[in-house]
Amino acid sequence: MKAGSNLEKVLAAGHFAATGELGPPKSADREVIEKKAGYLKGHVDAVNITDCQTAVVRMSSISVGTMLLGLGLEPTIQMTCRDRNRIAIQADLLGAAALGIKNLLCLTGDHQKFGNHPRAKNVFDLDSMQLLQMVKAMRDEKRFECGEEMEGREPRFFIGAAANPFADPFEYRPHRLAKKVAAGADFIQTQIVFNVPKFAEFMKKVCDLGLHEKVYILAGVSPIKTLGAARYMAKFVPGMDVPDEMVRRMKESPKEKREEEGIQICVEIIQQVREIPGVAGIHLMAIEWEEAVPEITERAGLLPRPQV
Amino acid sequence: MIVAEQKPLDEIKAMIADYEKILIVGCGTCVTVCFAGGEKEVGILASSLRMATKLDGQNKEFLEATVQRQCEYEYNEEVAEQIKEADVILSLACGIGVQTLTEQFPEKLTLPGLNTTFLGQPTEQGVWAERCQACGDCVLALTGGICPIARCSKSLLNGPCGGSQNGKCEIDPDIDCAWQLIYDRLKALDKLDLMMQIKPVKDWSTGRDGGPRRIVREDLRLEAAS
Ligand code: SF4
Ligand code: SF4
Repeated sequence: MKAGSNLEKVLAAGHFAATGELGPPKSADREVIEKKAGYLKGHVDAVNITDCQTAVVRMSSISVGTMLLGLGLEPTIQMTCRDRNRIAIQADLLGAAALGIKNLLCLTGDHQKFGNHPRAKNVFDLDSMQLLQMVKAMRDEKRFECGEEMEGREPRFFIGAAANPFADPFEYRPHRLAKKVAAGADFIQTQIVFNVPKFAEFMKKVCDLGLHEKVYILAGVSPIKTLGAARYMAKFVPGMDVPDEMVRRMKESPKEKREEEGIQICVEIIQQVREIPGVAGIHLMAIEWEEAVPEITERAGLLPRPQV
Repeated sequence: MIVAEQKPLDEIKAMIADYEKILIVGCGTCVTVCFAGGEKEVGILASSLRMATKLDGQNKEFLEATVQRQCEYEYNEEVAEQIKEADVILSLACGIGVQTLTEQFPEKLTLPGLNTTFLGQPTEQGVWAERCQACGDCVLALTGGICPIARCSKSLLNGPCGGSQNGKCEIDPDIDCAWQLIYDRLKALDKLDLMMQIKPVKDWSTGRDGGPRRIVREDLRLEAAS
């Protein structure tokens, strides 16, 4: 065991994992966390807490992670390279580990341009690859980025990374995943999968490279709530692949039934990706729609979650 | 070259509001080539300011001069006399020129008429694009001659990130994804193995992060100065 988290144990035992995601509030409201946590508890193995996703200021990932621990959920904190340099990242990770957090997702981070502080200065001292290397060395070699040895307890995380099978160049994406594995990733959470055949093609190459034997790959899934959201993701979100068929299904279902259709599509995708060789679980991102999680996990046959 | 563009006229007007006799000093090097602060632009700005300040009922005089290279003392000596006459200097050089005049003629205030924007090249008529951030430790040998520090929006050394689509960067469909360019270039050179290597954490101390930089070449220094 690398960190002995619930997620790591579920995966190591060979269960099909299910992780969730919780978007922290743009305020200091603890109640929001408690409410969202209620929808996720018992339905997923661990919960990702975004780190100022899309560069919008929100309650910090580590603080929400700590609250989740108190509420009996396992957090996966996210750490981006946009807002912190190597000094701040390492300091925060020491603290997170001391607070009992065991899963960490390492990301480059969205550029601040589309966030709510587009005039901010960004950092990008490291990129996600180098962040992975750094946290692995902290864990396995007990040393800081500068090479200095750590005295006392080292932060032990089950280390995650992201992969976007739909970004360009498509042929390079499995190799970039290989780099992340070499850098230190123990598990991967992918961009939201809507285009299942394309994802399967990606996974085939990943398996050909033998990566599925070195890393646990969780396919990202998300319920579409509205037709507008489907259209927006299809058109405006870079690196997102929403097939016309999906937009059409949303459009053709009556307005009052669209949420249901969105959930139905999500359930179908979960069932389809589950059949793809090399997929070890799903990562359900129902951001700002956390109440849909119990129904989706139930209908997708993911309940009850394994006790390990 | 250093690429710059002129500040908005209103901002320049506000800067010179308290002065009567203004010497506009252009530069014959980079900013001439990028049409921001050469002799021609000095002339155009002087006329615009004459007109604009007259309309505002102000009585100001604008003198014009252009030196070959404002970032070196010896070229600026040529305008020393005109500087004496003026109340203030409005430099149309890059920020380096402005500071050279400031150091060389401390008795006069030198104001910046340009915004120094980046180190780049003209990519087509009327278009300039950033190419280098002077990081102090060039990585172009690893990236097929395309700079990820200046041209990737996140200065990634292990790109492309998940936002790269159709060759464009996630932050703007008008910006090429530097890492797509690097990938294509390395593929053409049959050097894709470079894309498979993890490029380690960069030492940013050779860049601005290490504090203001200075190069001392003992081999070139004069005996007296050392
Ligand atoms: S790697 Fe550094 S020195 Fe080389 S072009 Fe890029 S910014 Fe300039
Ligand atoms: S899309 Fe390309 S240029 Fe833009 S941040 Fe990502 S890797 Fe860099």
